[in-house]
Amino acid sequence: MPEMKIINKKYRVLENKKIASNRFMMKLAVCKSFLKICKPGQFIHIKVSDSLDPFLRRPISIHKVNASSIDIIYDVKGKGTTILSSKKKNSFLDIVGPLGNGFNLNNNKNKIPKILIAGGMGAAPLVFLAQRFKKPKGLVLIGARTKKEVVCKHEFKKIGCSVKIATDDGTEGIKGSVVELFKRVITSVENKAKVEIFACGPEVMLKSLKNILKANRLDAQVSLENFMGCGIGVCLGCAVKTESGYKRVCKDGPVFKLSEVF
Amino acid sequence: MNSKIKIAKLELRNPVVTASGTFGYGKEFSEIIDLKDIGAVITKTITVYPREGNPAPRIVETPSGMINSIGLENKGLDDFLKNKLCSLKKFKTKVIVSIAGFCNEDFIALSKGLNVAGVDALELNLSCPNLNKKIIAQNKKLTSQAVYLVRKYSKKTLIVKLSPNVSDIAEFASVAEDCGADAVSLVNTFYAMAIDIGRKKPALGNIIGGLSGPAIKPIALKMVFDVFKKVKIPIIASGGIADVKDALEFIMAGASVVSAGSINFVNTTSCVEIAKGINRYLDKNKIKTLKQIIGCAHEKKN
Repeated sequence: MPEMKIINKKYRVLENKKIASNRFMMKLAVCKSFLKICKPGQFIHIKVSDSLDPFLRRPISIHKVNASSIDIIYDVKGKGTTILSSKKKNSFLDIVGPLGNGFNLNNNKNKIPKILIAGGMGAAPLVFLAQRFKKPKGLVLIGARTKKEVVCKHEFKKIGCSVKIATDDGTEGIKGSVVELFKRVITSVENKAKVEIFACGPEVMLKSLKNILKANRLDAQVSLENFMGCGIGVCLGCAVKTESGYKRVCKDGPVFKLSEVF
Repeated sequence: MNSKIKIAKLELRNPVVTASGTFGYGKEFSEIIDLKDIGAVITKTITVYPREGNPAPRIVETPSGMINSIGLENKGLDDFLKNKLCSLKKFKTKVIVSIAGFCNEDFIALSKGLNVAGVDALELNLSCPNLNKKIIAQNKKLTSQAVYLVRKYSKKTLIVKLSPNVSDIAEFASVAEDCGADAVSLVNTFYAMAIDIGRKKPALGNIIGGLSGPAIKPIALKMVFDVFKKVKIPIIASGGIADVKDALEFIMAGASVVSAGSINFVNTTSCVEIAKGINRYLDKNKIKTLKQIIGCAHEKKN
């Protein structure tokens, strides 16, 4: 497969709307070549400001692809995302991407059962993944602190996935973590080895998932998050420790086999 | 109008180079910009043996800058010669290889190993702040020893990268000059740290790191100004250069070459824009050669 080149362009903001108390969805008009090469699990590196503070770009995963645009979801956490949330329709954003290695979809065949495990905002990139799935679209397990923070439930359903929820306070679905929910689900699966598992979420969640998978002799593809410098693999700032030494989240990842990280 | 610069045997088509560690070995950026348009690539530092680098997290953003603690992660000299140099040669730009060593044998092995075609110059990095030991460029005796050895065994143009973490950087520039350096490169990053108040712990895995970016520019500029007064060899300036205005300030303070670092992460085409901007400035002000404005902010140098 020929290596794809890095694209750095300005894209127009088509929409930037509040979807929850601190959460925004942004729609960006992207070029044809972007849509042609982008894969689930990849991210874009956004220059949020023309000033030098905040200094670095912000990496945000691709949430969804549409006919001529992509969607991203982000929480307003600090300086960078506050500026991002103030971007008006029809303004332009300097973006590098799509970047990184996405999910491996070599095994994306009909009748292969899939389970997607999402912790908090980890649900966002898994929607793009589910868009690319062949049937069945898979079972999605979403974990959140409380009902109000459950992300992307309706979008998964629209795609044709079945959805189960776990909340810490029990306001929706089972009371407990999404990993506990997975534990219940996996015990009733007959041919476990055949199931393809994908996950994205906080480190604590992925670590506890790793233990459960290990006990069941299973593995998962996980998408990791990290602070980044360059986003293109040169600065080595976003390194994570793996079984085979440090790897770059931006270039070697963000998708890794869960058995190889943490 | 002419912005060509010559440092010993090294001829640069323009005075803009990439700061070590911010440009890898050129491959990634070659997909975005034409490396023909910059003076040279200064590579990520290589050591004789592979280094794993420091524990994560390795970077933290700070106001108008960032702190890094990469710890010279690299695959070593053999890998560089086998896998990196051939692609660097194809970029039609000059190649300055950044090297770091921990003992005399390292400096000798790197100097000899890099006496090959395709390497145009060496930048001897004596100033990495992330090695959990004293920086060589904080000790004049160790600095002179390292420069002397590389000078003795290398046939290439030799640039010595200095640390700003000293009380008088000009004295270290002078040591490098006396030991045979063809140029000095300054500044490397400033010792710095940040604390993650959520975790109540240092934000970086290695606790301390090096500060770079626009935040350090005025301090770096003053150091270049000081060094220009002290030494006769050319200066390659780095430290928060973000645009052509910054670059011109450093040139007027005494730099013959400017090196763009962290800004490459933010603006992927900054090196090319700065190079073009310098030419535009020279044209607009009817300045024939860049040399006419190098150090022009000083009172006349005798």
